[in-house]
Order: sequence, then C-alpha cells, then structure tokens
Amino acid sequence: MRTVQAVAWKEIQIYFSNPMAYIVALIFMAVTGFFFVVDLTDPFPEASLSNFFFGATIVLILLAPALTMRLLAEEQKLGTIELLLTSPVRDWEVIVGKYLSSLVFLLAMIGFTLYYPLLLWVFGRPDPGPIYSGYLGLVLYSAAALSIGILTSTLTSNQIIAFVVASGILLLMYFATLGTGGGEGIWSTLVTEIGMRSHFDDFERGVIDTKHIVYFLSVTAFFLFLSIRALESRRWR
Amino acid sequence: MIQVRGLTHYYGPHLAVQDVSFGVKKGEVLGFLGPNGAGKTTTMRIITGFMPPTRGQVTLADFDVVEQSLEVRRRVGYLPETVPLYTEMPVTGYLKYMGTLRGMKSKQIKNRIRDVIDICQLGDYHKTIIGKLSKGFRQRVGIAQAILHEPEVLVLDEPTIGIDPIQVVETRKLIQDLGKQQTVVLSSHILPEVSMICSRVLIIHQGRIVAEDTPQNLALSLQGVEQLQVEVGGPPAEVLPVLRRVPGVNEVTHRPQQNRELYTIRFQRGKDLRDEISRSIVSNGWSLLSLQAVGMSLEDIFLRLTTHEEL
Repeated sequence: MRTVQAVAWKEIQIYFSNPMAYIVALIFMAVTGFFFVVDLTDPFPEASLSNFFFGATIVLILLAPALTMRLLAEEQKLGTIELLLTSPVRDWEVIVGKYLSSLVFLLAMIGFTLYYPLLLWVFGRPDPGPIYSGYLGLVLYSAAALSIGILTSTLTSNQIIAFVVASGILLLMYFATLGTGGGEGIWSTLVTEIGMRSHFDDFERGVIDTKHIVYFLSVTAFFLFLSIRALESRRWR
Repeated sequence: MIQVRGLTHYYGPHLAVQDVSFGVKKGEVLGFLGPNGAGKTTTMRIITGFMPPTRGQVTLADFDVVEQSLEVRRRVGYLPETVPLYTEMPVTGYLKYMGTLRGMKSKQIKNRIRDVIDICQLGDYHKTIIGKLSKGFRQRVGIAQAILHEPEVLVLDEPTIGIDPIQVVETRKLIQDLGKQQTVVLSSHILPEVSMICSRVLIIHQGRIVAEDTPQNLALSLQGVEQLQVEVGGPPAEVLPVLRRVPGVNEVTHRPQQNRELYTIRFQRGKDLRDEISRSIVSNGWSLLSLQAVGMSLEDIFLRLTTHEEL
C-alpha cells in the first residue's frame, strides 16, 4: 500500500506542477461553465445542472485521456520504466497508484465546479436530488473514463497515440446506444448496455440505481485489470 | 551470488544472447566486456528482472529472477545504460521516491540520502531539478539511486559512458570503493577500464562468452598465450602436477564444473601441445574426456575493444 501511495503522490505532485494539467482544468471549467450558463440564459431558466452534467461528460471524452496519456507512456519513452519495473514493486501497485493520481486531479477539477450549484442555491430553489445524484454519476463516469486512458497509456510509449485511442474508445462507448437504432434482440441490448450515456441518464434525472453504479465500477475494474495485464506483458515482449 | 545457466534470449527472430553461463561470487567485481550489441545490456536486464530470458535460468542469492522476481529486485541496485531519471523531480525528491519504492522506511531513507549524496558528491545539487543537471551529475544521481537501498548486488550498465574524462576517473574510483562491500556486475566496451576495476572479466561477443578470466591473464593471452581446456577422469591432486610437468606448459588451473573435472592449460602460442598432453593423461591410466582450444578468437576481439576507444 505504501508503494501505491508513493506512486500516486509522486504523480499528483507532477500534475500540480505541470502546465498540461492546468490547461486541462482550465478548458474543463470553461466548457462546463458554458453549458451551465446555457440553462440560465433560457427565456424560462431552470435552476438545474442537467446541461452542465451533459457538457461535463462530453468534454471529459477529450480531457480524461489528456490527463492519463502521460502516466505510463512517458515512463516507457524515457526508459524510466526500466528502473520502476526493476524495483520491488508489483505491477498492480504501479497501475493503481498512477490511476489514483489522475482520479484525485480530476476530482479536484470537479470540486471546482461546485460553485455552480452554490449559485443556484443563492439565486433560486433548485431540486437537490438530481444535483447530488448527478455529481455521483459524474464521479463514477470520470473513474471509468480515466481507467480507459490508463490502459492505452500502458500500451504505447507515444502519448499522442495513447490520447487518441482512449478518446476513440470513450467516444464509441459513450454513444454506443445510438448505434442500436432502437432495435431489439441480444445484440441491441448488449450495445445499449455498453453505452455509457444510457447509464448516465438516470443519474441526471435524480435516480440512483445500483445497476448503473455497478456498471461504471465494472468498467473501471475491467480496464484497470487489462492495464495491469498489459504492464505485465511488457516484461514478456 | 549470481548463477546464470544456459541463458538465451531472442528479440523476435534476432538472437541477442546465446547459451551464456557464468557465476558471480559474493564480493566479486565482474566486468562484462564486449563491443556494442554484444548482448551485455540484454544479460543485465535479465539479471535485474526487467525481462525474462527466452531460455535458461538465472538465480540471484538463490532466488529465481522469473519465479521470485520481487525477492531478486529487492536485492539489486541497477543503473541502466541510458540513466533514465524523472527529469522534473529534484534530486532528493527523486531519491526519496526510489527509496520508498524499494520499501525503505522514511527515517532510513533520510539517513541514506545523506550518505549517498555524500558518496556521490551531489552535495551542492541535492535540491536541483534533475533535468537541469549535466550528464555527469545525472550519472551520479543514477548511481546514488542504485546504491540507496544498500543492495547486495549492484548492476551497472556502461557506467562511464558519455561523461567527461575527469568524471570518468571519479566514477571508476567510486565503483572500486563500492566493490569492496558489494557484489558488482558492470559492463563496458573499454578494456583498460575493466582491467582497472574488475577482479574478473567476461568477454562477450555476438551473444556468446568467448573468454573468462582475470584481467592479468587476459593481458597474458593477448601477448600470445594459448589456452586449452581439458576434461580428465582422474584425481585432481594427481592430475595437476602431471599436466604441469608437460614441457611447454606455462600454467594449469583446475576448475571443477558440475561433477566435471576441467583444467585450463596455458602455453606459448605457436606450439601444439595437444599431442603431449593427451599422451601424458592416458599413460597415467586416466581418461581424457574432452580437449578443446579456448580463446582462439580473443585477439580479434581485443583488437576491436582496444582500438575502438582508448582511455
């Protein structure tokens, strides 16, 4: 556990001393701020965050991989992975440590958006339910998105490739539901169930369904597991 | 301390190391000498547990590098050839991180950092960001992290490559000092360097070990001594004097290997003593199990090593 902590702490320090991470945070705030304001400038404004949650999930398709792309790809590029993997460190400790660092940074980013609901409370009477559940959904979604980025960063020493591939996977998974065309049968159900958007809707509406929580946690676990395997396989290639 | 048996490694179809076997005793400083691409780095990466061999077995302190990788990695300090460091971290921050990864306690890390900064003469730079250090100082940081956890075995891949001559001298001195307490395996493609630091030298060429000896003996064979390796079925105590008495023989050493009684015989180049040697063995009633010339291509390799880069 100390190793996980050490790896995570080192990466967190790098996040907070790195312009890249700040740029990501800045864009995140700008885009989500924009989506938040869209709701309020409506002729019949609604004290809700549903547009903000939609904007946040969309922009994270790009920004989550931007946060994770460096984590393992750079180690491979610089060769520091050689010292990391010849230290008495287990592969899962490396992956989990790196993953947690990106999660902490993204949670900090999400934390900064908390002034949006605060504004709603100051100037209106929003329904708190969808706000709580929406934030829970956003955190779960972020956790899953970052795990995909970790996997692609493990697979290549090229940060750009890690970024593009992770964004691609995320994009496909996000919109997968659209691909079914409302059809029926096992394949349609499967694709719908894989789709992230369909699992996020309920959170936005104020519904906390265990099914969706399990979905996002499973996706996260699945991609982290693949990442650990991928790192292991580095030793055998 | 280290046992390498039948080590073979392929990168895809490319054969990097072929059937390499050797042992390193505790406290020994072993030099890997060979031209670039000879298989030095590959062998070191396998010893340190960075990658598994295609075939063969490597044990370090009786732990298998593949099966008990964590135990092996706990006991090794490693300096890769490219000295990969986290360039955005300060020196002490980096050492602290590496210490934690090696499972050291924070108090122990603090004390050891003070020591290694002293040993590697990094005093004035301990707060500097690594990316701003010169190549020579980065090398020192690399060595500092390798010795930080006081490993039983130190593996240094080309520790003096790419740094200026004064620093080369200092680094060699440092390795010599370290070699007094630790088992060291280092690689180099510079012959004089290896003979200066190492108590034993392995010459590796195109993935095979072509010679193994002390630096002094290697220098001798350079001066035109040839070697024969014979395996004799007979009591070593009696075989040795008989072999030594063969006219023309300079030196005989007995090196038993896994129930095989092997002897290395040195004699002046140009003579063919195979006949005399075999006759003297057989006439004593022992059996001659094998007889082969070793180190024939040595001169060739030496030429490469010595002309390639001088001190």
